[in-house]
Amino acid sequence: MLDVIQKQLLEEVADLHEVPAGAYNIRANGEMASRNTTANIDIVTKTDGKSGIDIKIKDGTKNESVHIPVVLSQSGIKEMVYNDFYIGDNCDVTIVAGCGIHNSGSKDSEHDGIHRFFVGKNSKVRYVEKHYGSGEGEGKRILNPVTEVYQKENSYVDMEMVQIKGVDSTIRETKAELEKGATLIVHERLMTHGNQSATSIYTVELNGEDSSTDVISRSVAKDTSEQIFEASIVGNNKCNGHAECDAIIMDKAHVVAIPKLDAKNIDAALIHEAAIGKIAGDQLIKLMSLGLTEHEAEEQIINGFLR
Amino acid sequence: MLELKNVTYKVTENNIDKTIIDGLDLTVEDGKFIVITGPNGGGKSTLARTIMGINKITSGNIILDGEDITEKSITERAKAGISFAFQQPVVFKGIKVLDLLRLAAGTKISVTEACEYLSKVGLCAKEYINREVNSSLSGGELKRIEIATVIARHTKISIFDEPEAGIDLWSFNNLIQVFENIRKTINGTVIIISHQERIINIADEIVVIKDGKVATRGTKEEIYPELVKSSSITGAGCSKLIEEGPVVC
Repeated sequence: MLDVIQKQLLEEVADLHEVPAGAYNIRANGEMASRNTTANIDIVTKTDGKSGIDIKIKDGTKNESVHIPVVLSQSGIKEMVYNDFYIGDNCDVTIVAGCGIHNSGSKDSEHDGIHRFFVGKNSKVRYVEKHYGSGEGEGKRILNPVTEVYQKENSYVDMEMVQIKGVDSTIRETKAELEKGATLIVHERLMTHGNQSATSIYTVELNGEDSSTDVISRSVAKDTSEQIFEASIVGNNKCNGHAECDAIIMDKAHVVAIPKLDAKNIDAALIHEAAIGKIAGDQLIKLMSLGLTEHEAEEQIINGFLR
Repeated sequence: MLELKNVTYKVTENNIDKTIIDGLDLTVEDGKFIVITGPNGGGKSTLARTIMGINKITSGNIILDGEDITEKSITERAKAGISFAFQQPVVFKGIKVLDLLRLAAGTKISVTEACEYLSKVGLCAKEYINREVNSSLSGGELKRIEIATVIARHTKISIFDEPEAGIDLWSFNNLIQVFENIRKTINGTVIIISHQERIINIADEIVVIKDGKVATRGTKEEIYPELVKSSSITGAGCSKLIEEGPVVC
């Protein structure tokens, strides 16, 4: 059974107050805590020696969800988990992943997850991944997710990647390959504070005709934290690609945005936009003129920005 | 009552001191609807910003209901009962119209209440309540939302800095109706910085600011003929506006 801290972590990363409806696999401190499968969604433990699960979603599965949250509450755990999602054709599903680390000890806790998505033709997938860290220990909370997405014809994947609080170090690598007519949308929301560092590297290969992607990152870097955002879009066919990095820099933080557009076809239309700046003074003044203190105004602006 | 006593505001540009407001005295009685007008560059908007505390005065005193608020911050003045509608409404990312109205009201007002404020400024509420206060809104829409945030605060003093600036004629025509409505319903002092004849027309009192000082002040009947003669207002065109009916949602 999950303890109180683990339940809190679950609430943060998966909005779960209790056992979710539908299929789920909850992993706590390196072991499976509970699992449920449905007629259409099967979850099986890997048998090739690697730690992790295979999630198999049958063709035509609609309006179903899978929750696979991970919680670490024991200081000093380091794990590498391989999760593979096999999504059939003509599906419409929501997948909620996420990792919460509570580290009140002196040893580092680290969860490295490799998620691979094989998305069938005409399928629609909404994927939500939230990261959260808590605990006052000196030990670091480290998360290094790797996400690979392979999209078949006319599939649509919408990914929401959120890391708002408490994770000391993250290197997120996301790679995607899209076939004809496929679309990948990524919304990343990130806030770093203290000495935290976060790196996000996206590489999207638009291989099929009329494939498209929109990678949007909004981030806030506070204190002495450091963020690196690298978005690379490769247009190998007639396609549309757009990447956007919008960052608020505060205190003594450091933010780097590295755009890369690589067009190999005359009909590849690729755009990159990047903006880094402090909170606009007139935004603060407006909210202060409504009676908010400067600190409250800052909070409201950041909350809105990261919504 | 709001009193400005010997208020001076100077800026330094290219190492040269420039006096924008020059020892200005002004008393505004409670419940009045005052229009401050005058030539461009005369210091009107700066004056409005000094009352809100956005621009800190160089010398002098600002007194609200007997309390000296000269050293008070924007937040403290806002809490003391002053509201300010910006000439250029501020845009945000992610903050919705409803959020901004709730921040303005100071409580988590219901959607219905928020919609009422929007209706007061002639916006069809349901279309706007969940929109972000960003640059996808037109200048006229932003202006009205800005005015709605001031109405939602219900403060003793509401200052509007050139509400007509940067909006098209159609929006302007509606805006006049908004201010006529404010004139009828608001409980408090209204100070509008404006060049517009039709806004000046609904004022209890007109204050003309020129060269950083009060050049003259009085009722519309007293001041208006002088203004027209000196061409210091720009009412051109607005009397030709076609009257519009009320906004129908």
